[in-house]
Amino acid sequence: MKLPEFLECQRLPVPTNLSATRVCADREQWLQLAAWLRESGAQLLTLWGADDRDRDGRFRICAAYLLTEGVLLVEHAMKTTEATASALYPSLAAIFPVAKRMQRAIYDLLGIAAEEADGSEADRRGWLRHGGWPETFFPLRRDADGSQQHPNVSTPYPFVTVEGSGVHEIAVGPVHAGTIEPGHFRFSVVGEKMLRLEARLGYTHKGVAKLFEKMPQSEGHRLAARISGDSAVAFSWAYCTALESLTATICPPRATLLRALALEHERLANHLGDLGALGNDAGFAFGLTHFSRLKEDLLRSNAIAFGARYLLDYVVTGGVAVDLPAQGPALLLNLYSELEQSVANLRSIYDEHAGLQDRFRGTGRLQHPIAEKLGALGLVARASGIACDLRVDHPWPPYDWVATKCITQSTGDVAARVQVRFDEIDESLHLCRAFLQHLPAGPFHAPVSAAAPYRLGLGVIESWRGPVLIALETGPDGAIRRCHAHDPSWQNWPLIEFAVIGDIVPDFPLINKSFNLSYSGQDG
Amino acid sequence: MWNTLSRMWRTGLLTEPLPVLQPSLDAPSPELDNLQSQLLAVLGRALCIRHVDAGSCNGCELEIQALHNPYYNLEGAGVQFVASPRRADLLLVTGPVSVNMEEALRRTYDAMPAPKLVIAIGDCGACGGIFGASYASRGSVANILPVNTTVTDCPPTPTAILRGILETVRPTLAKG
Repeated sequence: MKLPEFLECQRLPVPTNLSATRVCADREQWLQLAAWLRESGAQLLTLWGADDRDRDGRFRICAAYLLTEGVLLVEHAMKTTEATASALYPSLAAIFPVAKRMQRAIYDLLGIAAEEADGSEADRRGWLRHGGWPETFFPLRRDADGSQQHPNVSTPYPFVTVEGSGVHEIAVGPVHAGTIEPGHFRFSVVGEKMLRLEARLGYTHKGVAKLFEKMPQSEGHRLAARISGDSAVAFSWAYCTALESLTATICPPRATLLRALALEHERLANHLGDLGALGNDAGFAFGLTHFSRLKEDLLRSNAIAFGARYLLDYVVTGGVAVDLPAQGPALLLNLYSELEQSVANLRSIYDEHAGLQDRFRGTGRLQHPIAEKLGALGLVARASGIACDLRVDHPWPPYDWVATKCITQSTGDVAARVQVRFDEIDESLHLCRAFLQHLPAGPFHAPVSAAAPYRLGLGVIESWRGPVLIALETGPDGAIRRCHAHDPSWQNWPLIEFAVIGDIVPDFPLINKSFNLSYSGQDG
Repeated sequence: MWNTLSRMWRTGLLTEPLPVLQPSLDAPSPELDNLQSQLLAVLGRALCIRHVDAGSCNGCELEIQALHNPYYNLEGAGVQFVASPRRADLLLVTGPVSVNMEEALRRTYDAMPAPKLVIAIGDCGACGGIFGASYASRGSVANILPVNTTVTDCPPTPTAILRGILETVRPTLAKG
């Protein structure tokens, strides 16, 4: 990995499924390196903090960047001031705007604050802390007992206001009208037109990071799968691959292929569901009926082939939980033919439906420059013309021997996100067939030993939504010292606020659905 | 248009019969084919459900959404999901109750007209699940609201959720 000359420090390899390097940076280098990485086109994948005061008296902040050569982890250790026991690090928000919310979340959990370089006031509004625990309590600190309950003290949250003649606000949530996750949206509108949207999330924060620290390494995949239930395979695979890399476990080839098959099934299920819901949100209930039927067919096949409709406990450390039964391949190949035909038929119906296309085209447009500047990831980025897909750019086994196509569209509107989903269904079916065809015989599980203490492993998997990341730091005796999980929704939530500008309020559900971001994955 | 109509014709009706409940004192007849007419007789309208995600991982939501697909066809049985708690008879709650959702959940429940029923969906709703109670989670739904029925599993299948809804409503109907 090519790194700038000013960085004269040791480069440590990181056990992971892609190639990754870890470097340490002091205060100045932290910012210099970020600026250099921005120049060279790298993306900020995630940011997390850790309390290492018990080991060396320092807090640490860690940034994971995605480069063309792999992942770069940059670590910055800071001392606490005696008086407040808090620490400061330079904010990355001016270089990578996506860092803003992550820095607020890090403060809520750990009490280390980002400091703007120009001395300007950083956004100190709580992101995950809504008043459910005291301001002086930081759950991820080593001395904090995460099991203690605190009374709720409602704190006001000042939204950014828009002023002008005829401007008013519409407050929506956290409980929405449908069967969806909770979040609050504040619209500033004139008539029907949206001038500004500000989201407030964090409602489903369940303290996942603290829970990891109370779990043995051998159990962590179960919690990882429940970070965002619709991306269970991706998260549990990311966790498992991090642990397997740390323990040098070789996952049997059959298990690797079955994991990839499950990951593609997860993509198919979500895309089918979304295409139906998008039709419905544009007033075409027929679409929901037919796509939800296809999704149900897929889920029922999952129950036979993988032992469950939703694969929350399918990927386990060392392999998968159950082997594909004898009738599995024939059943799945049959399903794929059925899906292929039906989806092609429904696609032509969608494409030729003037009313539907009228709602889809030009709505919720996320322009390419904004997507690029704000670091869009996954499906949303691909629909705005950014060719990024870990399966293509950094293929890990078994994607390293199949040719995966990166699907892109250029218009960045709802229609583009619909087309990307249609194309990705075709591509997933193609991959599933290839995996089934090359499925080797042999074991589907290998034993995993406990990893050595105080080591950091990384797992990065392209979920249907975009790359998910697990950074796993081990503790002694098979314990987890720190585990950070990242969902691509962190990157894509702020983008909706740009995509809706100038559209009308009734289009918001459609735009929101076309992004279909995770609340739970973001809230943690 | 021809394409759409032809697809409808070729797909046909997929709806499956409702699950059969275990016969019990509360539910003397296992036959549920006439559920819709019973609902109408007792409530004078369809059963209206309001769902609240109180901190779920989104797994249970996916299975609740599946109830609307043509195989389960919940609306065909006279059960409707409504947008406002003020129109709801039954509250379906998923997830451990996160501290950040506690107030919103209470307010939703308070907004419902009495008599009201509550079902906690999934292992998290039933007992806190893998998340339990912590600084960020209050654990099971029963810690916050009076719960009539729980449907366990992670996530429970649509059939299990459907059975849970029927089991909750049946005794109410029987008492009539």
